[in-house]
Order: sequence, then C-alpha cells, then structure tokens
Amino acid sequence: MKSPLISATIITIGVSACVTAASNEEISSKAAAMLKSSFKANGQATLDRLDQDATQHLCSEFAGKAPPRDVAQKIEALNLATVKYPTDGNLLGDWKNGEKIAQEGRGKQFSDDPAGPVGGNCYACHQLSPQELSYGTIGPSLYQFGKLRGYGPETQRYAYGKIYNPDAYAACSNMPRFGHNGILSEQQIKDVTALLMDPASPVNR
Amino acid sequence: MPDPMKIRATTVGDETEVKVLMSHEMETGQRKDGQGKTIPAWFIQNVSVTWNSKTVLSAQWGTAVAKNPFVSFRFKGGAKGDKITVTWVDNRAEKRTDESMIA
Amino acid sequence: MILRAERRELGSCRAASLILTQSACVLALSFCVTACALAQTSAVDEIAKYRAALQDGNPAELWEARGEDLWKQKRGPKQVSLEGCDLGLGPGIVKGAYTRLPMYFADADRVMDLETRLVWCMVTLQAYNESQAKKQPFGNGERKSDIEALVAFVTSTSRGMPMNVALKHPKEVEMYQAGEKIFSYRGGPHDFGCVTCHADEGKRIRLQDLPNLTTREGAQKAYTTWPAYRVSQGELRSFEWRLYDCFRQQRFPELLFGSDASIALTLYLARNANGAIFDAPAIKR
Repeated sequence: MKSPLISATIITIGVSACVTAASNEEISSKAAAMLKSSFKANGQATLDRLDQDATQHLCSEFAGKAPPRDVAQKIEALNLATVKYPTDGNLLGDWKNGEKIAQEGRGKQFSDDPAGPVGGNCYACHQLSPQELSYGTIGPSLYQFGKLRGYGPETQRYAYGKIYNPDAYAACSNMPRFGHNGILSEQQIKDVTALLMDPASPVNR
Repeated sequence: MPDPMKIRATTVGDETEVKVLMSHEMETGQRKDGQGKTIPAWFIQNVSVTWNSKTVLSAQWGTAVAKNPFVSFRFKGGAKGDKITVTWVDNRAEKRTDESMIA
Repeated sequence: MILRAERRELGSCRAASLILTQSACVLALSFCVTACALAQTSAVDEIAKYRAALQDGNPAELWEARGEDLWKQKRGPKQVSLEGCDLGLGPGIVKGAYTRLPMYFADADRVMDLETRLVWCMVTLQAYNESQAKKQPFGNGERKSDIEALVAFVTSTSRGMPMNVALKHPKEVEMYQAGEKIFSYRGGPHDFGCVTCHADEGKRIRLQDLPNLTTREGAQKAYTTWPAYRVSQGELRSFEWRLYDCFRQQRFPELLFGSDASIALTLYLARNANGAIFDAPAIKR
C-alpha cells in the first residue's frame, strides 16, 4: 500500500528539480516555438495569428488572472492610445443592427467564409436584451446598460471605447479588442453601442 | 458493408430485455450540404427481431429516427442461451443482420 | 411490449421522443418540445437527464466494436494486426494503457499521446506510411476515421481505472511545462487562449457550462469524460479533436494532428486529472 505514495513523492521531487533547471523564460520560448511547428495556415487563419503583440504577450504571463497593478496600468495606457473615435462625432448607430451583430457568432474562424458575416457574438458571454435567454456569463450582464448609467455623452464614449478596445479600461480583459484588431467595422461598433445606449433598445426597456 | 450492430439481451424476471444499437446515418432528406444541394434521404425502413426464429418485433421506421438508433424492448418467454436475431433494411435496400444469445 | 427509439438531437433546444407500440404497429409521435423558455439552470438539469437516458445506448459502443476489429485485423502492407503495439505497458497490453498517457517512449524518443502512438504503430508494425495513417484523423459522416475507432476501443478498456500519468522523464516534464504555457497563451484576432473560457468557476458560454481546467476537480471531470459521442454531430470525438476544435473557435490556424502542442496540452490536462476514475467513452450534447 505504501509504494504509490513513495513513487508520488519521488515524482514531485523530480518535477521541482526540473522546474528550477528551466527558467520561466526558457519554458515560454520553448512553448512558443512548439506552437509555431504545431499549426498550419487554413484560409483566412494564417500562421501570423500565432505572433503575439505586446498586450497578448504580457497577458499570457498571468494564466487568466488579473496582472499586478503596475503591469495593468502599462497595458491600459498602451491600449487607450489605440482607441479611434468616429470622425463624424456620432457614436450611436442602429440598435436593431446591433442586436444582429450581438447574436452573430461567425467570423474569422478558418471554417468561416471570409466574405461572410463577422459578428461580435456578445451573447456568448453577456446578457443583453431580456428576450434572449441563451446568454453566457463570462462577462457581466449588460441588461439596462444605458438606463442604469445614464445616456450621456461620457457613457457613450466609454461604451464605444470599451467595444473598440476593452484592454484600455481593464488590462487583460477576456473580451476581444473588436475595433483595434479589426474584427468589427466602425459602423458595426456604432450599432452595438446603440444596442447598449439607445433608450429605445430592448436592453434598456 | 454496414457496420455491425451491438445487441444485448438479458433476462429480467420472466421477461427478456433486448437492447440494440445500430450504425446508420439516418439522413432525413431535409439537410443541405456545403454547396446548398439537398442530401438525399437515407434511412432504415424495416426492423425485425426474432427469438429462435419467431418474430417478436417488427417495425417500420421513417426519417424521424436519429442517427445511430438505439432500440430497447421486452418480451416474455425468452431463456438464457436462446438466439436473438436482428435485421434492418434501409431505403437503399442495404441490409444488416446480427445475432446474439440471451444472457 | 414497448419499443423506444429516441431522437438524439438537442441542438435547437428540442428533445423529441418517438414511441412505438408493436401490437398496433402504429407510430405515436410525441414531440416533447422542451420549452426554450426554461430557466437556464433547469436547462442544465434537462441536459443531464437526457444524458442519463442515453447512457444505456451510447453509440460510442459502435466505435468501440469497430476499433476492436481494426486492432485485431491483419492490415497494411505487412498484413499484421496491431496486437503487437506497445501503448506503454508492453506490446499488446491495452487495458489501463490510456490512464498513463501521454508518456515518453524510448523507441520514438518522444512524448506521445494515444493518437500519436497509434499512428506510430500503424507505421512501424503495419508499414503504412505516415500520411496514410493520418489521412482521416477525425470522422465525418460516411468518411469514418480508423483512428477515432481505435481510440474508442483502447480508451474503453480503461473505464473504471484511476488516471495515473507520470512526469518522470525530463521530456515529460518539459512537455507538461510547455502545455501549461500554451494553455495560457493568448493570440489571434480575438486575443483568445484556453484560459479565456477555462480558468474561472461557474461560467458558461451561451448555455453551455464551462469547466475550470486550472483546478484539479475541473481537469478531472473534463479529462475523464473524453473521448465522447457528440450527439449534435453523430460522431465519436477523440481528445485531439476536442483541442483541434477549441483552437478553431479561438480563431487560431489549424492545429496539426499529432503535433507537439496537442500532446503538451493533453499531458498538462491528463496529469492534472491524476487520481480521478476514467469514465469514457462518454456521451455529450
């Protein structure tokens, strides 16, 4: 009965010995090299998608947890500088289109038609319109987003900026940087902003 | 040739419980392929089960039955070691017969 | 006498059952349309009930049977069976092998998962070339995958046994550490990594519950229920398929079958599942 326990102890010692042998940097670069040799390009999903930008690289170090405050501030500043607001100054589009974009899960996968629709797939992670019961909980509920926060221009700017680049407000957010990474167009971001901020949107009713 | 069925027959009190798993696409004829072309219907139409050559079940199926269908039923009179034979025929006239003993 | 044939289709929030009585030979269709308006928690309960109802007739058994035939048949240019294949416990020993994989194999000088090892045996024993052995890693309707069938057979013999993956060889340690890194590697147009969906408790995507794979309990529950028959696809899916399709949804390029990244991630999760009772091939939505 004793032997499994003993062998488990030996294994643990073995692992910790090797952990000290290979530095964190060495392991990271080995893993990155391994990724490079483990994928092939398929249609729109080309191999350069494996290359990380500074934000992705920094955020990968914290295993899905929030980074320390100083790193977070650096990431937020870096991303805030990328937010581009529409030149016409109008941030609200059509909430009905916004609802469609929030429902649409396709786009950017190698299985998707590159000429086909690209959505925000907001419902995968958020509650929005109360009529849609099939929503995820990775992100917070956005039901009554405008009603609770007020419909003023500052909140509009925040909502638009958050969709454009969420890491500008919360470093290493799970949410994609829809504008910064060119997933959604300016018009699409306006439409989703309207879904959150238009008093007539089902989100606010 | 179609893949074999998985048949389990066991006696439960004075009844014999038969469970059959069949390997079949059961295409409804309603689906379309990547090019938008309708995929033709392809499904099991007739199922029969015999116990020592006496029919204990016969059924006619349509497209509402799932892919890889599972069937379970009970009958009275079976005994350990008796032979259970299951046959299905689909709308392409493909056929599969498998046997099992009551355990 | 009652015959039940259940329609295994839940994709559109619908479960229909078909009841057929033999005496009258009349089809009585009762479409129990499970209202989509069910509260989210009870939808989870309903799926659990549905799964329990199907456990009895898990079509994974069809793959297991086909895999056993493939294992024993004399095949390939050399016309030999896979019964001489060493899955880690010695040539021909299948039972329990899966609970120790992935592991380092000295003959290949590489850490291998089950799928990679099966390809290795098809090449070295049966003399298939590697591209033939790998040409259909995942099944698609009538184009069946021999690998997935073999995976179903081999894994089924480990049901009921505890996961017991060792990190002894330096290459095993290296692979495990790389797997941990890859798990938190964020990239692609959406910045997604495994951690985006699988590093938190009690979350769901739409109505699908997500396991937290960074905890022991989460990894144990998830890893021991793959491979699985996916009702929505009508296919038995291997663990390599699970990773392949996760990366597709992460908007990454296409994961290569038998690649080091798949083996590293599999080792990371299998090792974290140590001690849990292996319970697959399972049945999932």
